[in-house]
Amino acid sequence: MKFSASALTASLLATVIGILLAIPMMLQWERPPMDTAQLGYRGLGMEQVTNPRLAETIAALNKAPVPDDPVDNDGVLVKDDKENYKNVQVLGDLDTAQFNRLMNSITTWVAPQEGDNAGCAYCHNVENMASDEVYTKVVARRMIQMTKAINTQWKPHVAETGVTCYTCHRGQPVPANLWSINPGAKQAGGMAASRMGQNQAAAVVGYTSLPYDPFTTLFEPNAKIRVVATTALPGNTGGSIQDTEKTYGLMMHMSDSLGANCTFCHNTRQFSSWEESSPKRVTAWHGIKMVGDINTTYMNSLTDVFPANRKGPEGDVLKTGCATCHNGVNKPLYGFSMAKEYPELSVPNP
Amino acid sequence: MIEYQNIFTRVQVHGPADLGVPMKSGSWPRGTATKTVWLAGIIGDAQIGPIYLGFLGLASLLCGFIAIEIIGLNMLASVNWDPIQFIRQLFWLGLEPPPAKYGLSLAPLSEGGWWQMAGFFLTASILLWWLRTYRRARALGMGTHIAWAFAAAIWLYLVLGFIRPLLLGNFSEAVPFGIFPHLDWTAAFSIRYGNLFYNPFHMLSIAFLYGSALLFAMHGATILSVSRLGGEREIEQIVDRGTASERAALFWRWTMGFNATMESIHRWAWWMAVLCPLVGGIGILLTGTVVDNWYLWAVKHGVAPMYPFDLTAPVLDPAAAAQ
Repeated sequence: MKFSASALTASLLATVIGILLAIPMMLQWERPPMDTAQLGYRGLGMEQVTNPRLAETIAALNKAPVPDDPVDNDGVLVKDDKENYKNVQVLGDLDTAQFNRLMNSITTWVAPQEGDNAGCAYCHNVENMASDEVYTKVVARRMIQMTKAINTQWKPHVAETGVTCYTCHRGQPVPANLWSINPGAKQAGGMAASRMGQNQAAAVVGYTSLPYDPFTTLFEPNAKIRVVATTALPGNTGGSIQDTEKTYGLMMHMSDSLGANCTFCHNTRQFSSWEESSPKRVTAWHGIKMVGDINTTYMNSLTDVFPANRKGPEGDVLKTGCATCHNGVNKPLYGFSMAKEYPELSVPNP
Repeated sequence: MIEYQNIFTRVQVHGPADLGVPMKSGSWPRGTATKTVWLAGIIGDAQIGPIYLGFLGLASLLCGFIAIEIIGLNMLASVNWDPIQFIRQLFWLGLEPPPAKYGLSLAPLSEGGWWQMAGFFLTASILLWWLRTYRRARALGMGTHIAWAFAAAIWLYLVLGFIRPLLLGNFSEAVPFGIFPHLDWTAAFSIRYGNLFYNPFHMLSIAFLYGSALLFAMHGATILSVSRLGGEREIEQIVDRGTASERAALFWRWTMGFNATMESIHRWAWWMAVLCPLVGGIGILLTGTVVDNWYLWAVKHGVAPMYPFDLTAPVLDPAAAAQ
């Protein structure tokens, strides 16, 4: 029995092409070609892969605003003008002209929207600017302390570039990329198998099935992120497979947040080896420590200040991760130093 | 005859159904239901059936069904019995082994107990199916090569899910069920144990895997290319070499100086394929039990070269510097 070979060939080809097209669509792959930049010694594959077709979109999302023009000092410090400035707890050492410039800038950085509870009124009772009755003012005060702490105590991570409110807020009262304790989507209780914190499609870990809340435990200041055995032979130095998956999840978040590959920091033949890593990995290491510190010291201290609708499903405050500042690029705002224009945000807290 | 040379099977034989040799005692009465399917004829024999189920087949299917049912229902429970999410996230869903704290003991159902049960039934199903391949081969007077090749794959499966966890005293070391979950496990496993690519048994396993594919393609191509000369009658040609066999052999001697015989090519293929999971299983078994970091092991034994990094500005562990 014979039949048309061309019809069979065509139908087989159509099936194969259909499958080949369906797979990338299902997995949200990006089509080639990609740009690659060599970052390490030749032949090691230490390179940064970027999608040139997304460059414009990402650049638009990370456009630095124009800083407000510098102003001349009034010659009067805020703390010395008790008549006009009451209840100024963290910026009292500023000249009044600089203070007002900063307040204006914060408004455009954090709450530029029009309306009754926007602009100055987002934090202040405009009838009595000194009042702490609007909770956001208490938050803002703590956040100014946090900004100063980042710019002075975390130079190993932020270097001389520093941060301002805008680095995270980007014109939004609540920064877009925050996290809180994530119990995951509802699952059946009783004796049904627990998901054990993984195995659901989660954006924070790059849509893998890795643990979807690596942050709660691994952003703790003394968390054990290192899971690879440090000796050739067994010596109880490594973590469990489940720990490894969690660390992997955190790394997916970092990679996603920075728009970078694993090989941006690591020589992937041995993730744990420092001597083979890029110096950028040291910066990233301090970043993890920094996030742990500012979440513990600053964000968590506001637990009683935030209303319930500004907290996560478990009642904890929204916290920072890598994406909060980085927003998809390895240097926030492409390394533009807004903090230089606002030196008052780079003085140590008393 | 030229029409015969094609990458598709172009000849379909539709004749009286072939029911095989007389059965030995101990077998169930076999089915006689057969039919011919044109689509099946494109890639294989157009005759479907008779199927022999028997006790082992039935028991294996039942155990397999229970295992799939446990895995599937727990996946469905993990999306709170939502059928849409079940389909949508099917590749992400999984059934995890017990956490480390339970060691080798029976874990509560919600914390790995279902995994243990699914693993038990899946293993029972696979072993019963192995016995079936052995017994059916014997019933037909065949050798048991297929059963032993299957056993090589079962060895790797058992090492991953049972023998290695047993040696380490912990079921948390075993593989979860699920599409992406088991792939994530694989990646995490390699990272945790210092990069499996430096495991020499893993290297061998890869060589046998790719070697199997290459050898299969070479053999298939060789036989097809001499099929117009009767080359597909391989069994006869083992003892009675015809011109097809002569030409194919000469082709390989011309191009690479050496050739397999009509018999030995099949032994090459069998060993190449069987060694892949066999050495792979050894590699997995040694991981965590004998070697904890394959990369460091490879450095120690001169396998992994060091690259000329910038020694003027060495990258140091900041945690060590802080101490």
